[in-house]
Amino acid sequence: MTKQANSFRNMPDDRGHFGEFGGRYVAETLMPLVLDLEREYRAAQADPAFKAEFDDLLANYVGRPSPLYFAERMTEALGGAQVWFKRDELNHTGAHKINNCIGQILLAIRMGKTRIIAETGAGQHGVATATVCARFGLPCVIYMGATDVARQQPNVFRMKLLGAEVVPVTSGAATLKDAMNEGLRDWVANVHDTFYIIGTAAGPHPYPELVRDFQSVIGKEAREQMLARTGRLPDHLVACIGGGSNALGLFHPFLDDPDVKMLGVEAAGHGLDGDQHAASLTGGSPGVLHGNKTYLLQDEDGQITEGHSISAGLDYPGIGPEHAWLKETGRVEYTSATDKEALDGFQLLCRTEGIIPALEPSHAIAAVTKLAKELPEDQIILMNLCGRGDKDIFTVAEALGVEI
Amino acid sequence: MTRLSNAFTSPALVCFVTAGDGDTAANLDALVAGGADVIELGMPFTDPMADGPAIQKANLRSLAKGTTTADIFAIAAAFRDRHPDVPLVLMGYANPMVRRGPDWFADSCEAAGVDGVICVDIPPEEDDALGPQLRAKGIAPIRLATPTTDAARLPKVLEGSGGFVYYVSVAGITGLQQAATASIEDAVAKLKAATDLPIAVGFGVRTPEQAEAIAKVADGVVVGSAFIDLVEEHGENAPAALQELTAALANAVHNARKADA
Repeated sequence: MTKQANSFRNMPDDRGHFGEFGGRYVAETLMPLVLDLEREYRAAQADPAFKAEFDDLLANYVGRPSPLYFAERMTEALGGAQVWFKRDELNHTGAHKINNCIGQILLAIRMGKTRIIAETGAGQHGVATATVCARFGLPCVIYMGATDVARQQPNVFRMKLLGAEVVPVTSGAATLKDAMNEGLRDWVANVHDTFYIIGTAAGPHPYPELVRDFQSVIGKEAREQMLARTGRLPDHLVACIGGGSNALGLFHPFLDDPDVKMLGVEAAGHGLDGDQHAASLTGGSPGVLHGNKTYLLQDEDGQITEGHSISAGLDYPGIGPEHAWLKETGRVEYTSATDKEALDGFQLLCRTEGIIPALEPSHAIAAVTKLAKELPEDQIILMNLCGRGDKDIFTVAEALGVEI
Repeated sequence: MTRLSNAFTSPALVCFVTAGDGDTAANLDALVAGGADVIELGMPFTDPMADGPAIQKANLRSLAKGTTTADIFAIAAAFRDRHPDVPLVLMGYANPMVRRGPDWFADSCEAAGVDGVICVDIPPEEDDALGPQLRAKGIAPIRLATPTTDAARLPKVLEGSGGFVYYVSVAGITGLQQAATASIEDAVAKLKAATDLPIAVGFGVRTPEQAEAIAKVADGVVVGSAFIDLVEEHGENAPAALQELTAALANAVHNARKADA
């Protein structure tokens, strides 16, 4: 594999660093395992059988490629640039999360691990992990913040139906970061037989890299589909960001196309002026958490502060290290959308296109709404519609003051 | 000889409490009065990934009271004034340590009379993040070795480390189970063959009996969660109970090899 000079697609370096970000900030107990994982991932990358099995499962189990869809009525409603969606909400289990889980469980099996753990926020990654564990017959423990267990009951029940044990985590604010702490505690005590399927492009190297690689199927497909349909590349890519795996999946294959602009959309919660948001890049600063150096929500002493978002999947005080690097280099632009803007985007998509989106990509819809209006009709915006909203209808009903 | 190396000339008792949990100055004095040879002061963090329930709760109690990094260095500096000869080590997680930059942290340690730093989540691969700055100030970066640290990796762990080697006797989190004595003996022998640094063993050590068994084979015994439990139970009145437990542990550790003689 030759690496192109001056490419944005060469990261991370040999130590797992994306510029000053990333790395392997883990306890010594985990370090040998993290090094093992890297070796095994390199071997898998060089093994055509691994790729063949991954591709086969994505095609015949997940249902890829996902469609590329021109949102005609939304485009008309906004009165500006064309809006296109990469329909990853149509994947098996309803989000992009499954792409990564397929890749990681194949790695786990290669490594001879017999037990799977994962953390989950909204429950989409938990459901995707429980799904692949059922598919491959491996026991599965999902750590989920008790707050999220309460607000994502449908996904909790899905995980249980799939045979997973769901462990509510009550420490801290009982949301995604606390679930990740508990996942790391389980892993450190069970390193001999346990594989930790991390749900986003974060954590110690090589997780940010391998999660990105597994999710890059989104951008590779989208690039081919867009060229086949329109004969050109999109002008703008837009995706929501919690940890950032769906955005990297879309962006990464386009990073060396200089004319393609990219916009990552974080969750601004109640607004960036207070502390009730989850926008690590636009409202945070660099630090070390959960195995990597990246942008974090933290106080002046380095204590981690609690994120807030209406979307449980974006409610995390950190972000994948590659996004931190892409921000610093200026290759990707980052913005944010509030809870209210996301709810408006959610409803707009429901009514103009007959698609009920998850609250996570509803943040991206909010950004697309603003962007499309500023651009001429010949411009193409491609947004990753990374999850469907069945899981969120109760949250949305409550936010809109509707009793179901 | 440094304060730390002096402490390990015979089997040493290393006692851990969390800064800002209870009356920390009084707690530290009680540990010294009970016979602690090295003090390990925990820096509270919101996300203590390697800690079990006891120390997690201690972290949160301390932070809920508003403990700041400045408070922790004030506690350390005051301890140094009261106890000029007792080694003091800070233990914690990377983010609070590097928040204002590694130079700031190393300078603050030096000013407060801190002898060493144990950072749970800076492995040797990320030594650049804090190690060079600590060494430049003569502060020992104390590394952890674990049951998963194999012979091939051990030299990397030892390179650039100082003070003592903290052997984590179980793959797991603090305060829960304890390893079998035979496996500890074997691990310590391997470590001693690879380094001249003293070897202290911790994780899951709670009773004088356990401490005595470890002190027969290792240079030091680390006890943490058992003290934290007493602080949780007795709050501001913990010093008497801490001193009593420390005395029993110190007696066991200091006489472990004499019992065989």
